[in-house]
Amino acid sequence: MTTDTDTPVGLDREAPPPVRPRRRSRLAPRTVGYLLIAPTVVVLAVVQGYPLVKLALLSVQDLSQRELFSGLPAPFVGLRNYATILGDPDFYLVVARTVVFTVANVALTLVLATALALVMRAASRWCRLLLTVVLVCVWAMPQVVSTLVFNWLFDYEFGVVNWLIGRLPGVDFNGHDWYANAVSGFGVITLIVVWGAIPFVAITLYAGLSQVPRELTEAAVVDGASGRQIFVRITYPILRPIYTIVTVLSVIWDFQVFNQVWVARGGRPEPEYQTLGVYSFVRAFGVNEYSLGAAIAVVTVLLLLIFTVFYIRQSLRTGEAD
Amino acid sequence: MTRTRVAANVLGVAAAIVLIFPVYWMVLTAVKPGTELMTYTPHFGTLHPTLASFRRAVAAPHFADALRNSVLVAFGTMLIALVLALLAAVAIARFRWYGRRAFVFVILVVQMVPMSALIIPLYLMLNSIGAVNRLSGVVLTYLAFVLPFSIWTLRGFVAGVPAELEEAAMVDGCTRLRAFFTIVLPLVFPGLVATSIYALIQSWNEYIMAYVLLSDQQKETLPVWLVSFVSAHGVDYGALMAGATMMALPVVVFFAIIQRHVASGLTAGAVKG
Repeated sequence: MTTDTDTPVGLDREAPPPVRPRRRSRLAPRTVGYLLIAPTVVVLAVVQGYPLVKLALLSVQDLSQRELFSGLPAPFVGLRNYATILGDPDFYLVVARTVVFTVANVALTLVLATALALVMRAASRWCRLLLTVVLVCVWAMPQVVSTLVFNWLFDYEFGVVNWLIGRLPGVDFNGHDWYANAVSGFGVITLIVVWGAIPFVAITLYAGLSQVPRELTEAAVVDGASGRQIFVRITYPILRPIYTIVTVLSVIWDFQVFNQVWVARGGRPEPEYQTLGVYSFVRAFGVNEYSLGAAIAVVTVLLLLIFTVFYIRQSLRTGEAD
Repeated sequence: MTRTRVAANVLGVAAAIVLIFPVYWMVLTAVKPGTELMTYTPHFGTLHPTLASFRRAVAAPHFADALRNSVLVAFGTMLIALVLALLAAVAIARFRWYGRRAFVFVILVVQMVPMSALIIPLYLMLNSIGAVNRLSGVVLTYLAFVLPFSIWTLRGFVAGVPAELEEAAMVDGCTRLRAFFTIVLPLVFPGLVATSIYALIQSWNEYIMAYVLLSDQQKETLPVWLVSFVSAHGVDYGALMAGATMMALPVVVFFAIIQRHVASGLTAGAVKG
C-alpha cells in the first residue's frame, strides 16, 4: 500500500501523534456495529420474527375467508383449534405417517451415505473423483426437477423402471401404477428424498472420515479386528458429533417434507399421501382454514424442537460417557 | 489391501452409475427425437440427438415470463442478501457491541425454522399489505431463508482477514472505509462469490412460496411453471425433461463452484445451533 505517491501523505498523517486514527476506530465500534446489522435485523424481524409471532397468534384465533377479505379482526378462540386437531383421528394418522416416513428416510440416508463414504475412503483416487462429481451433480438437482424426473422414471406406461422390472422372469410390470397404493407411492417418494439427501451426508461423512488417523484402523487390523468392529469401535465414536449433526438436519428436513410429495402427486395429494407439512398446507390454503393450518404448523415445530433438544442432549451425554 | 481397493472401486462405479442415472435419463429424454421418446422398449442412448423438445418447451405458454421472473427474483435476492450479509458479517467479525453473541445465536437458530411453518403467516402478511402476486414480495420472503447462511459464511471470510492489515492501512492514512474497500473487500471476494451463488440457487429452486404468493400465470417462476406444465400438457415428457434440464443445468454448474462452503456452512450452523 505504500507506493511512492502515497508516502508523502502517509508522512503527513504521521506527524500528529498516531492516536488519531486509532481513536476514531475506538470511538465508533458499538455504533458502527449497530448500524451495520440494522438492515439485517429489520429484514429478519419482518420475515422471520413477525411471522413466527403471527403463527402463534393465528393458532389461537379463528381466521376464515371472511376476515381475510373484510380485514376484520379474527375472533380469539383460545385453544379450540388445538382441541379440534387433537380430537381428529386423521391427525394422529398423519403424525404416525410423518414419523414413519422420517425414520425410514433418515435411516436409509444415513446407512447408504455411510456405505458410500466408506467406499470413497477405500477406493482409488479416480473412483473417488468420479463419485464426488456424481454426488455434486445429484446434490445440485432442484427438488422440483428431481421429483418430475422420478415421476418419469416410474411412469406407469413408458417408465424405464417398470420396463426394467419386467425383464425379470415371470414378472409383468407393464402399466403398474406406483402411486395407486400409498405404501408403494411413499416408496417412490422415499427414493426421491433419499437420493437427494445422500450427497450432503456422504460428502460430510467422508470429510469426517479423512480425519480418522489411518494408524488407528491399521493397528486394529493388525490386532485382528473385523471391519464391523473397526467401524463400531473406532470410526463411529470419532465421527459421533458429525453423525449428530447430519441426523438432526436430516430429521428436520424429512419431517417437514413438502415439495416431493406435492409435486409427485401433481399438486393434489390424496389424503393418504398427507404428511404434516402437506396436511397443514392443505388445511390452510386448500379449504381456507388458516388457523387450523397454523395450529398444525405449531405442533409440527414443537415436535421437531422436542426431538432436536432431546436428541442433542442424549448424544452429548453418551459422548461424555465414552 | 489391493483386493479391498478393487472391491471398493467396483462398488464405487456401480453406485455412481445408479446415482447419476436419473440425471442421465433426464438429459437423454430431453435430446431424444420424438420417435424414441414414448416407446414400450426404452432406448438407453440415442444416435439422433435433437433440440426439438427444447423448442417445444421454450414455445410453451409463459416460458419466457417464467424465465424472466426467475432471473429477476434470483438476482434481486442475491444482490440484497449480499449487501446486507456483508454489512452484518463485518459487524460481527470486526466490531464489539452488546448483543453480538445473541445476534449470532439468533442467526444460527433461525436457520432451523421450517419454511413450511412460515408460509401461512407470510402469505397473510403480504396479502394484507397487497404484496401478493408481486415479485418483490417473493424476494423479501427469500431473504429470510438466504440471509442467515450468507451472514454466517461471510463472517468466516471477514474474520479470516487479519485486522492488522486494515490497521496498517489506517496508520498509513487510509480512512476506515477506504481500508475496507481496498484491503478487506478483495480478500473476501471468494466468500462473496460463494454466498451470492448460494442465494442465486436457493431462490432459483424455491417452489412453495412462489406457488402460494404468485397466482398470476405471468408472474410464475420457473419451478412453478415447470410443475404446472405437467398438468397442462399431460405427458409430453420430452418437453418436460427439456424444461427440467434447462432449469437444472445452471444450478449444477454454479453449485459445483461453491459445494465446499455449503457443506461446512450447514454443519457449522448446526453445531452451534
